[in-house]
Amino acid sequence: MNEIKEIKENGFKLQTSSLRAYTMIGALILIWLFFHWQTGGIFLSYRNLSNLMLQTSVTGILAVGMLMVIVSGNIDLSVGSVLGLAGGVSAVLLTSWGYGLAPAILAAIAVAVAIGLFHGVLVAYLNIPAFIVTLGGLLAWRGAIKGISQSETIPITDGTFKSIGQNYVAPQIGWILAAIGIAAVLFLAFRKARTQKEYGLGDANLTRILAEALLPIGAIVVFIFVMNSYAGVPIPVLIFLVIALVGFFITNNTTFGRYLYAIGGNSDAARLSGINNKVNIVKVFALMGALTGIAALIFTARVGSASPDAGVLKELDAIAACVIGGASLMGGRGTVFGACLGALIMSSLDNGMSLLNVRDFMQELIKGTILVAAVAVDMFGRKDL
Amino acid sequence: MNPLLEMRAVTKEFPGVKALDGVTFDLREGEFHALVGENGAGKSTLMKILSGIYPVGTYGGEIVINGEKREFQNIREAEAAGIAIIFQELSLVKELTVSENIFLGREPSRFGVINWAELYRKSAEMLKELHLPINPRTPVGNLGIGQQQLVEIAKALSQNARILVLDEPTAALTETEVETLFEILRKLKTRGVGMIYISHKLDEVFAMSDRITVLRDGKTVGTHATQDLNNEKVISLMVGREVGDIFPKTEHEFGEIALEVKNLDAYDLDNPNKKTVDNISFNVRKGEVLGIAGLMGAGRSELLMAIFGAWFGKTSGETFIEGKKVSINTPSDAIKNGVGFVTEDRKRFGLILEQTILDNMTLAGLKQVSGEFLTHRSRETVAAKAAANSLRVKASSILTVAGTLSGGNQQKVVLGKWLLTKPKILFLDEPTRGIDVGAKQEIYAEINKLAKEGLAIVMVSSELPEVLGLSDRILVLHEGKLTGEFSKTEATPEKVMAAATGYQ
Repeated sequence: MNEIKEIKENGFKLQTSSLRAYTMIGALILIWLFFHWQTGGIFLSYRNLSNLMLQTSVTGILAVGMLMVIVSGNIDLSVGSVLGLAGGVSAVLLTSWGYGLAPAILAAIAVAVAIGLFHGVLVAYLNIPAFIVTLGGLLAWRGAIKGISQSETIPITDGTFKSIGQNYVAPQIGWILAAIGIAAVLFLAFRKARTQKEYGLGDANLTRILAEALLPIGAIVVFIFVMNSYAGVPIPVLIFLVIALVGFFITNNTTFGRYLYAIGGNSDAARLSGINNKVNIVKVFALMGALTGIAALIFTARVGSASPDAGVLKELDAIAACVIGGASLMGGRGTVFGACLGALIMSSLDNGMSLLNVRDFMQELIKGTILVAAVAVDMFGRKDL
Repeated sequence: MNPLLEMRAVTKEFPGVKALDGVTFDLREGEFHALVGENGAGKSTLMKILSGIYPVGTYGGEIVINGEKREFQNIREAEAAGIAIIFQELSLVKELTVSENIFLGREPSRFGVINWAELYRKSAEMLKELHLPINPRTPVGNLGIGQQQLVEIAKALSQNARILVLDEPTAALTETEVETLFEILRKLKTRGVGMIYISHKLDEVFAMSDRITVLRDGKTVGTHATQDLNNEKVISLMVGREVGDIFPKTEHEFGEIALEVKNLDAYDLDNPNKKTVDNISFNVRKGEVLGIAGLMGAGRSELLMAIFGAWFGKTSGETFIEGKKVSINTPSDAIKNGVGFVTEDRKRFGLILEQTILDNMTLAGLKQVSGEFLTHRSRETVAAKAAANSLRVKASSILTVAGTLSGGNQQKVVLGKWLLTKPKILFLDEPTRGIDVGAKQEIYAEINKLAKEGLAIVMVSSELPEVLGLSDRILVLHEGKLTGEFSKTEATPEKVMAAATGYQ
């Protein structure tokens, strides 16, 4: 009789997901250093970093939602058009109809959520492939924008609305937020250690807890310092960070998140394990809608107007961010952290190449090549499975 | 005169198993030769060798056609030699028309341009010759299963097949469709086509065949003229084997009735007029292991799926759990009512292969282990670790990816997944398929342990010794109907096999 080894809760092997994350951070650092060198020190200036984060925020928010859609084995090609439509709705309410700030914001989000729900129902209950439903959405909702705006750009005069996209958090408030963040990191680290001890899964060693918390705390301090050295944390960036955290929490700590991975990984097994695949797919599309609505507000406020072609190709940026971040379009695999890093890599390329005055056509060629190369490296490293 | 086909001393080994061991088989011109045996006796393996799916070199022995030794590298070469095989799962392209399917890959063409007129003329001719009232321009998907089967045969004949292998061709057919099929097969006989007919339905075998060959455990038990045999003889040839002693003899104490099913019907998905489960009623008590025996396609898995709320087709009937009538429309309803279901085909239905043991194990019982909305990693880890250790899953960590485990360990993970839902009634569908003997024994021990703890267990298995060795009571299904019920003491392999082949 073989001796049965006691199963541990953690093996020695480095998890492939964390390995991938390290590789991506390494790639990002290389890209940054390269641009910094090439731009003669402009790229990593406080001003440009602030700008870079601002540019990341809209794509980043969309990427968080897209990641969850992709993990569930679906795709949403309509987010660019829905972003444009939701922004258009808010602009029409504010400028043409003279409504206040709150109705404009709520309407934009409500429109986007309603569209997400509608797409989700078509996908889940009528079994129309998500690719088709949202490709139709991409065309149809773009038409809707042109309809409501009569194909003209609607300017926004409301200063409060514009501040969503254009203002910065005062430096003192930035530091207060940093303090709250650090307190939260410590609280969560201690709580995790305590539950693990309670369940006999590890010894709550004080030095280890502090060591583990050091990295996120350092990141918070550096981030706030850099942002404050220019003008403070841009409001869109703050919103993006909150959404990224919520996305991280949903995918890692909720039953809904786990079900998305299960449905994308093996929908038959998920169904037979008692998961209501259809309801969860509708939910994830609705969530994508909500995030698109928020992204639309930021986008519209930043530009200060709603144009009929706002958000064109945004869906592809979001999908590219997820894929660069290690998500599989077959479903079942991907992380919010990876998608956010992917979004940051994409906007770093945009930003750096613009600073270098790389011509438009070359920018597109390079971005396309990098997207395919990133996946090729990923597939090469994966071998089987 | 040489026989049309001779297979001599055919041997085929898979890692760890000898699937065929010196099998000898021959087929004459115009003969209808039935090949029978239990599930796993080696019938399909033998036919895969004949049809080139297992190429020469991967098996021992020789194939002789019309006195000439042949070695097939692939299916195409076998087809060129006049061998056509019609599988249980039809291999037609549903979107293409009947004609396109018949000539798929051999379209009459010139420089790659298809001659459609010729294609349709030839196929219309062929269908007429077989007296098939089928329009050659109909997409195959629009035809019933029975007619699709006939198209498949027409396709085989269009390749001048002299040897036609039919693997359970009537499994999905209604009685009238079966009659049409047989009429055509009789016609083919007069044309000299030799047919190898694999079937679990002994009445069909006796009605149609000239000779019968019985396989058992990869060996030829015997070839006899059909008139020299009867049902009892065939059955005893099929099962003539001792039930091994790997089954721990344990006495189970039964409690009250845990699950009762009344008048359950389930309809076929592709053929909505056909009942795959036909008016089944049964019950199972706490602490009892109820075995469900039957041959492939008898409706066993479908029965469990229907009770579990997972059958896609239409169902009707009543389910009672602990005496209370319940309505189970989805797997989630079933889990809430304390039913667990270790499904067959763990890779397709049981596991998310790229996820860890931990994530797989807690999937079905996530809400019981964690909570309604939030997951609780520590609680999950403790629960999964305990289940993995008690089931003796061999892995370095519960964060090991399920797809990298051996079959036996994968099966234990699926079992663990369902135990974490704290079921009162546990369905097991082919719980030991494709796993090694050691892991099998561990699963048998676990089943007995669970029964002792008061679980009601319903186990479907194609392995007769397993059903006989573990069950307190055995139900036998044949074509969706309940054809036998035996207590542990009454059950013999012969009785069960007789009921499974529809012979009373």
